[in-house]
Amino acid sequence: MKADPGFYDYWPYENRPRIQWPGGARLAFWVAPNIEFYELDPPANPFRKAWPQPYPATPGYSIRDYGNRVGHVRQMEVLDRYGVKGSVSLSTALCEHHPEIIDLCAQRDWEFFSHGIYNTRYTYGMSAEQEREMIRDSMATILRHTGQHCAGYLAPALSHSELTLDLFAEVGTELGGDDAGFYTCDLFHDDQPTPIHTRSGKRFVSVPYSLEMNDTIAYVVNKVEPRRYGQMLRDNFDRLYREGADSGTVMCIPTHNYQVSCPHRLRAFEEALEYITGHSDVWVTTGREIARYFLDHYYDQSVADIAARSEGN
Amino acid sequence: MALDKEHLQYPRRRYGMDHDRYAWSLLSRRPPVQWPGGAKLALWINVGLQFFPLDQRGKPFAVPGGMTMPYPDLRHFSLRDYGNRVGIFRLLRALDEYGVKPSFAVNTQLVERAPYLLEKIAARGDEILCHGWNMDSLHYGGMEAGEEAALVERSLAGLRAFSGQPVSGWLSPARNESEHTPELLAANGIRYFCDWVNDDMPYPFRTAAGELVAMPLSNELDDQFILLNNLHSEQSWQEQVCDACDYLLQEAGDDGGRILALNIHPWLLGQPHRIGKLEAALDYITRNDGIWSAHPGEILCAWQAGQQNTDN
Repeated sequence: MKADPGFYDYWPYENRPRIQWPGGARLAFWVAPNIEFYELDPPANPFRKAWPQPYPATPGYSIRDYGNRVGHVRQMEVLDRYGVKGSVSLSTALCEHHPEIIDLCAQRDWEFFSHGIYNTRYTYGMSAEQEREMIRDSMATILRHTGQHCAGYLAPALSHSELTLDLFAEVGTELGGDDAGFYTCDLFHDDQPTPIHTRSGKRFVSVPYSLEMNDTIAYVVNKVEPRRYGQMLRDNFDRLYREGADSGTVMCIPTHNYQVSCPHRLRAFEEALEYITGHSDVWVTTGREIARYFLDHYYDQSVADIAARSEGN
Repeated sequence: MALDKEHLQYPRRRYGMDHDRYAWSLLSRRPPVQWPGGAKLALWINVGLQFFPLDQRGKPFAVPGGMTMPYPDLRHFSLRDYGNRVGIFRLLRALDEYGVKPSFAVNTQLVERAPYLLEKIAARGDEILCHGWNMDSLHYGGMEAGEEAALVERSLAGLRAFSGQPVSGWLSPARNESEHTPELLAANGIRYFCDWVNDDMPYPFRTAAGELVAMPLSNELDDQFILLNNLHSEQSWQEQVCDACDYLLQEAGDDGGRILALNIHPWLLGQPHRIGKLEAALDYITRNDGIWSAHPGEILCAWQAGQQNTDN
């Protein structure tokens, strides 16, 4: 075990090279619907239990299934209204289980990125070869079902190994060269994209996802009231938008449609979307586009700035 | 270090669900449901009448809402009892004031513990569902099959004998089930159950003893979930219910009949500082056009009539 994973160097928020998003936008805004499949009876991982009750865990399983049967389509209608394309954090077995949902996303030209195969299969305890095989399967499944090279990764159920980012970058290169495997959503250290070290030296970035704005963290872990969640989203936006005038920022709303798309919660989400997309100079985009734009325009100077600051210059 | 190879094998990775209990289906692709009189929103209010024993076994877990302190946990025992002595009469008055007809999910042990209350309930003519024996008699995976069969039979027999109703609906304590619960329910004359929270509309559920219907009784809007689990304010409970009503009415206008299902408990909303929020929510809901206050059995019948028409 390590005291620090070593994915990035300390890089203070102030006095960084200025980022400007396309069209001079100050804030890149993206929504990441987690479209997940949880198994009712997964093999028991030795390090983490999938369900609190003995099989069958009806309460936990069935509320997550609500997202697939009911929630995603509701959220699609809302995102359509505000011109937002989802960046789907996908349990890729859902391509086999529920292809109708994949089709609805594909019709909207949404991005798909890997969130593992099932959200009930944890990385803990896997050998490097097993994790590589799981990541490869997930990326190949996205390619086969959607024609998209998978650019991003959010580890299944946020379960990681020390090698997760290295393996994802490498499998991406094997499957799609520089078009696949070039950003991660697994790190929460910044409000701007940052370069990430991987052992292959690939140009690879972290795109700000968010735990704080994540509906499941807000609703299930922090037990926030729906209208307060809507206010949190607007407050988060307001500050990032203001700071984005100095250097472009990123705001992400990660969602789970068994939470945000319940009838008593969708209004709070929709009001926040209306507010955010009602501003000028907001780049409404996807995770892949943010990573790609940063790599093309700011990666090199960011790496140089980090190196210069690390040397104490 | 490595995991056993089964961790990278996916025997149920296929079209549909990873089990055979029900068919996969998107709510948005189902034929529109028609409610009687052209109503948009069926309003189903289910009142839980529960008994939490002081000598809780907590097998296989301590039921949410149950005892949490060392024995004897008098604070929680008596505060739950408050619902059946005091809170329920406030609830009934409020429901009657707004002309809303509830169903009651009853722990059968209340037949012997509170016959006065159950006689009042039975005399109302509202639908009674079985809510198991008591809140500490959980149905759970790994439970001995004969023990569970006896529990289901005893719970249903006692409630049917007392109420004179067929009792065709079921809500498991804590909505927890064993792998056999659906079969046992179907074999004992249950037509619908409310444990699975994966839909906003009814759907057919397969068992080896015949088909059940899963009825949607939202847990996310349950007063116990919002007030006790999430520690939201009474005001927020009211807002969430009213927002759900608005959303479902609008969706019903586009896609066909919907159900606003509220599971409430007299030991929570029957408190003096909360009852006004229930009244305010009922006032808000019932002011809308197109609300159909109905028992779950009536909702089920109306839904099933439509299914037969669309199956052909």
